[in-house]
Amino acid sequence: MPALQLIDVSKRYRSGDEDIVAVDHAALTLGDDEVLALVGPSGSGKTTLISIAGGLMTPTSGRVIVGEQDITDYSARELTRFRSEHIGFVFQTVNLVPFLTARENLLVVGELVASGRGRRQQAGARADQLLEELGLGHRGTNLPSELSGGERQRVAIGRALMNEPELVLFDEPTSALDTHLGEQVMELIRSEVKGRGTAAVIVTHDHRVTRYCDRVVSITDGRLADD
Amino acid sequence: MRNALRELRRRPQRFLAVTAALVVLTVLLLFLGGLLDGLFIGATGAFRAQRASLFVYSSDANDSVIRSRIPAELRAQVESVPGVRAVGGLGVSLLGARVPGQQDLADTAVIGYERRPAGVPATPPAGSAWADRRLEAFGVKLGQTLRLGPRGIPLRVRGWVSDTNYLLQGALWVAPTTWREVQNASRPDAQFAPGAFQALVVDTADDPATVARRIDDSTGGSTNTLTKDAAILASPGTRQQKSTFNGIIGVTFAVVGLVVALFFALLTIERVPIYGVLKALGTTTRRLVAGMLLQAVIVASVAFITGGLLTYGLTRLLPARIPLLLVESRAITTFAGLVLTAAIGGALSLRRIARIDPVTAIGTGT
Repeated sequence: MPALQLIDVSKRYRSGDEDIVAVDHAALTLGDDEVLALVGPSGSGKTTLISIAGGLMTPTSGRVIVGEQDITDYSARELTRFRSEHIGFVFQTVNLVPFLTARENLLVVGELVASGRGRRQQAGARADQLLEELGLGHRGTNLPSELSGGERQRVAIGRALMNEPELVLFDEPTSALDTHLGEQVMELIRSEVKGRGTAAVIVTHDHRVTRYCDRVVSITDGRLADD
Repeated sequence: MRNALRELRRRPQRFLAVTAALVVLTVLLLFLGGLLDGLFIGATGAFRAQRASLFVYSSDANDSVIRSRIPAELRAQVESVPGVRAVGGLGVSLLGARVPGQQDLADTAVIGYERRPAGVPATPPAGSAWADRRLEAFGVKLGQTLRLGPRGIPLRVRGWVSDTNYLLQGALWVAPTTWREVQNASRPDAQFAPGAFQALVVDTADDPATVARRIDDSTGGSTNTLTKDAAILASPGTRQQKSTFNGIIGVTFAVVGLVVALFFALLTIERVPIYGVLKALGTTTRRLVAGMLLQAVIVASVAFITGGLLTYGLTRLLPARIPLLLVESRAITTFAGLVLTAAIGGALSLRRIARIDPVTAIGTGT
């Protein structure tokens, strides 16, 4: 079963008197452990497309199916719950909660899904396991300000994997990192995603990232095209 | 919720300014409330102590015991009204007393009584009095003989009573004959004949309001009968003090709400990016607002405890004559009001938080 299906998806905005087409009849199918790079210039519609795929935004027309769920007509409340249970996000500016430790930043997601003492203990164990796998076992009690850029990005990746998502969306994951660190992070992303059989979409400007992906799709003026 | 607590614990300096502002406002609220309670209790103790449900004044007294006169014949009429169980005479004279060894006059209320109020022993022998402990601040001691009024009528302090003052004057509870002697000496133009009083305190067998109407009807409008609560509030200045202080206290609570609302509005603006991320991850608006409300309540609680201790310390430094009284009920209502107002102030950011779009977490491009 595909991890993501976008069927003839369009998104239009009204800006003053102008009708802006951010995504224009996009069609995309992503395999259940496929890593896809979405490339395109600024303003091409990348952000809008992954926002729709991740349930942050609803399309003007078309259908969005993630795993077995057609989320096209979900309400805002249903989308919030859906995201907490099925989607992982890694944002461009990392955006860890600054007053929470690395472990607690992972548990932010765990606590959304888990309720009750037993479930919370499970979430705690999963956070510890993820930190260990990401090479941050010794940094769990550190605040983001005490971590390096690469470590912060790894924590963000761990947070995205906390809820065992079907789909992980990466927004420019290497833009704030130097070349060497960027490569390390991409290797880590690929191994973590592939190791879990999870699908991923990586939005990037950086063409060096694309070699870590199974497929590259470009977007220009809201239209998708396979590279 | 736990993350909201973690933020408070790990970044207390962020909440320092708002907590300090609320501490100042708490001190102000407790101080104003303490003054109101001190003034009210100091002004009405003599009436609150009465074991009666009705107070009877002459109709021309404008509900003031000082201006009222009830002659013996009028009293007899009141006693015969159906539903009246017991009647006692009451007279109050406000005058200065010379205290042995003291320069200043002590402000006293000499109260003649027949029916024993709560906390006051039976009528003392003529020429002696039960003195309220408020007079200790004027240097009055047990067994001393005070000299009352311009004629220096002697009055020996026989024992102490508490919370029985009238209009912030230290009460001296005396026999009716002693009161008449003091009153007639200080007001030769308005003599009270034997059996006459300023007011009557009435215990009823029926509904007090009904009996009050019967009393005023049976005296042909010569009396104005008030319930105990109404009589307490009718004490000179009491109602005005209450409404003035309550107005200031209300405005202070509004300032508390404003301070908290402003603080959390600014904090919300600062938190927009992180709220956007948390919403993108699946955190509900309700959870974010609940965390903020918890922080508002904790900040208000800490401010109350700190402000309460500060106020308590301040009251210890004030002279005993300042009528400031910290009572438990005032502390409870101030705490509840503070927490509620802070929560309402915090909740004003609800709309702003609800409008944060999780898409903001994914950059600004299209």
